[in-house]
Amino acid sequence: MEKDLAVKTRTGVIDCDVHHAVPSMAALYPYLSERWRDYVKEHNIKSLEPNYYPRGNPLSARPGSEPSPGALPGSDLGLLQRQVLEPWSVQYAILHCLYGVQMIHNEDLAAQLAQAVNDWQVAEWLEKDSRLRASIVVPSQNPLRAAEEIHRVGKHPGFVQVLLLVRSEKPYGKRYYWPIYEAAEQYGLTVGIHAGGVTGYPIMPVGWPSHYIEDYVSHAQAFQSQLISLVSEGVFVKFPRLRVVMMESGFTWVPSLMWRFDKNWKGLRREIPWVDRLPSEVMRDHIRFTLQPLDEPPKPEILLKVIEQMGSDEMLLFSSDYPHWHYDEREEALPAGLPVDLERKILFENARAVYRF
Amino acid sequence: MKKYVVAMVDEIAPGQRKIVEIEGRSIGVFNVHGAFYAIRNRCPHAGAPLCEGVVSGFVTSKSPGEYIYSRQGEILRCPWHQWEFDVKTGQSYFDPAKTRVRTYQAEVEAGCSLVCDDGTGMAKGPFVAETYQVALEKEYVVVVIE
Repeated sequence: MEKDLAVKTRTGVIDCDVHHAVPSMAALYPYLSERWRDYVKEHNIKSLEPNYYPRGNPLSARPGSEPSPGALPGSDLGLLQRQVLEPWSVQYAILHCLYGVQMIHNEDLAAQLAQAVNDWQVAEWLEKDSRLRASIVVPSQNPLRAAEEIHRVGKHPGFVQVLLLVRSEKPYGKRYYWPIYEAAEQYGLTVGIHAGGVTGYPIMPVGWPSHYIEDYVSHAQAFQSQLISLVSEGVFVKFPRLRVVMMESGFTWVPSLMWRFDKNWKGLRREIPWVDRLPSEVMRDHIRFTLQPLDEPPKPEILLKVIEQMGSDEMLLFSSDYPHWHYDEREEALPAGLPVDLERKILFENARAVYRF
Repeated sequence: MKKYVVAMVDEIAPGQRKIVEIEGRSIGVFNVHGAFYAIRNRCPHAGAPLCEGVVSGFVTSKSPGEYIYSRQGEILRCPWHQWEFDVKTGQSYFDPAKTRVRTYQAEVEAGCSLVCDDGTGMAKGPFVAETYQVALEKEYVVVVIE
């Protein structure tokens, strides 16, 4: 198995979803202006860790991914190199910093913290290992300021994507968010929509659930809503070079959404005349999905059927979702029984076609 | 080729339609800005009475938020699933190659031209039945079935 994987990964996998962590608010102090550094200290803001993956929940961290007892998984470059970059022969790994910048209701503070996180990403990660790439953290509370941040750091070759969180204040297709897409397209950046989101709105469309499992499983609904909005509002007509990568979204729901979307477009397309072809075609051209956490059908061959039903072998991008714990042996990160060509596409070719490496 | 008289011209005003039955087929006859078009009253999708649907214009766009409204009165929407068909050609919007409805030639003819056919080559017989005057001065809508 190890040998097989070495052959498969000879060219080097591209891991499209790896999580690094801000170890503590103090780690951002060097990247904040004096006014905001004091603000954070005086308000005793110690962490913006959003707790999407609660400590102690087995999903949250692979055994052995804590750099030291109590330290956040993903907060140490050396350990991440040893646990992700080296064993996988990673060519590029795209880092996503899940920090609660997008949840802050003070947009000035959010904009400052987004800047600090991005400068921290450059100094502490991107400039220390040439295999690393990252997503730009933006204050999505104010899309104009989010665009400013993209303009500020968008030329840095380490950034390949703009990070948005799937649970938003408004559907992401709305023109309110278009400054973000305009800026992303200008620099050849993808927009990566990741699990997680802003506070203040029920995380399920039917109201607040009681349990973590409901939160975790129902994320797929939020991704579906964003996808429907992005296509219907004409984001890809307005920004034809833009690609959106959905991360930790799952993808086994994609065929049924395509069927429903196409069917209803035939009768309702008059509302959205700018969508002048089947929504499934727009999805195949503009939307990508990372692999982990993988939905697990009872038989592995069902997954192949699903990929066939998606009508494209270019939509899936390999991801380990390190340090979150979804599989035991690393070769299990890739579904079993995939044809060799499809494996190559998922492991690196599809990512190469989407990201500006 | 057979011609069927389906209506008097002033019976179907511009924007209106009449659904008729010809050779067991239900056919909608539409007056679009003074010209007549006939189209099978059966949606190829699920068999709905297509010709009972809304007749509207065509909405297109070059960019989100921009609406180009054209061909008013020429686009027939199926009452069941709102698929759009061109009344003149029977073509659907989203799949013009595969999904289309049969259309028939519809024309306007003077009443006189429909009955005053002297080209029968028949000789007159000895008996003459009692006759009444029939008005043929009006114009009629005729559907041609190949």
